[in-house]
Amino acid sequence: MTDIQYLAPRTLDEAVQAFAASSGKGRILAGGTDLLVQMRAGTVTPHTIIDIKKIGEMTAIEETAGGGFRVGAGVSGAILREHPKLKKVWPGVVEAANLIGSTQIQGRATAGGNLCNGSPAGDSVPAMVAAGAIVTIQGPKGRRELPVEAVPKGPGRLNLEPGEIVVSFTLPARPKGSSDAYLRMIPRTEMDIAVVGCGVSLTLEKGVCTAARVGLGAVAPTVLLVEGAAKALIGSKLDEAALDKAANACRAACRPIDDKRGTIAYRTQIAGVLLKRTAAIAAERAGRN
Amino acid sequence: MAKLHVSTTINGEPQEFLCDADQSMLDVLRGPLGLTGSKEGCGSGDCGACSITLDGRLVCSCLMLAAEAEGRQIATIEGMAGEELHPLQTKFLEMAALQCGICTPGVLMAAKSLLERNPDPTEHEVRFWLAGNLCRCTGYDKIVRAVMETAADMRGGAR
Repeated sequence: MTDIQYLAPRTLDEAVQAFAASSGKGRILAGGTDLLVQMRAGTVTPHTIIDIKKIGEMTAIEETAGGGFRVGAGVSGAILREHPKLKKVWPGVVEAANLIGSTQIQGRATAGGNLCNGSPAGDSVPAMVAAGAIVTIQGPKGRRELPVEAVPKGPGRLNLEPGEIVVSFTLPARPKGSSDAYLRMIPRTEMDIAVVGCGVSLTLEKGVCTAARVGLGAVAPTVLLVEGAAKALIGSKLDEAALDKAANACRAACRPIDDKRGTIAYRTQIAGVLLKRTAAIAAERAGRN
Repeated sequence: MAKLHVSTTINGEPQEFLCDADQSMLDVLRGPLGLTGSKEGCGSGDCGACSITLDGRLVCSCLMLAAEAEGRQIATIEGMAGEELHPLQTKFLEMAALQCGICTPGVLMAAKSLLERNPDPTEHEVRFWLAGNLCRCTGYDKIVRAVMETAADMRGGAR
């Protein structure tokens, strides 16, 4: 017998109300692939579990009027992958979400959960940062928006007020010649946590890069938007000199830890290597769009 | 706190059960429902021995709350064979694609889910799809070959 309460509200208002009323003892259940492990390990002991998967807005992928997408925070990686248009427009976001865990995990794990778990190594986050995703948040004081890179505060900590829930990610419309990509370095082929993750989104016009964003994961307390790297790419033809400059900007942005997955020196070096490889994939895809 | 009452469908049959709010689907399957085919290996979503499908999608039942089953369709290894064994089960026996058998129910559920989506997978696709099913006897080669051969047989049978 436990004193835990399970709620599955059908509206966002009910969910926010319950979450706010739980006064810090509530947990949002999206895919559950982090929450259930943490509960089992005893690292979190919620009094209220709020399952958001019955809330329409949080489980839908919608095309916005301008040609972008609004992806509910409770949409699983598998659903993202199966969406007919999303993977053509935002292949990097879709591939990042589908690097998380096994087939079984992809059937449940969500981009919203990945962001709110607050790990600097979450795979979908650097791709969302590169994509320029805007996060819609709802709380007791209403609705607000934040760029995705402003949501994490530190490992396991978020810039959210008590009772606030991440509702959705809005991915902007893409001009012609745009695409994105995500690569991560892990010591094995599958089923591991990123040593470094890199997302690149860019636009090419006649071979010249006119817009770019770079997200880096697992090299700092939070996922980083590396503006210096984007600046190095914009205006270039993605030639060796520009890529070197962007890679160096990535390395300069790194503030990693030494741990069993990688040393500070290794992570810093790899951040630059991944930038070049990821940019090449994004550029190749952009050339076809 | 009172127990939660859950109405669901398991292997095509309506089913009701009582559970605690923090109880996993796996615990309810193996405990009150007596469906012990799904195994607990790690309890953290790494090994896949507890694989089931939820509304047709492969998931780890250890990472799902039993309360989430309300109104949903669950399929477990117990529902895989009809009057006869499923072709995957037959092939696993023929090719001895198992050693101790602990991972086998999860592997079969995962392989069935793959073949329903992709009747002609490459070896690469089989290996990636099954990456979340760990076999402690390291019998992966036989498992992968058995899945590939079943797929070929099932495609042949459909012609």
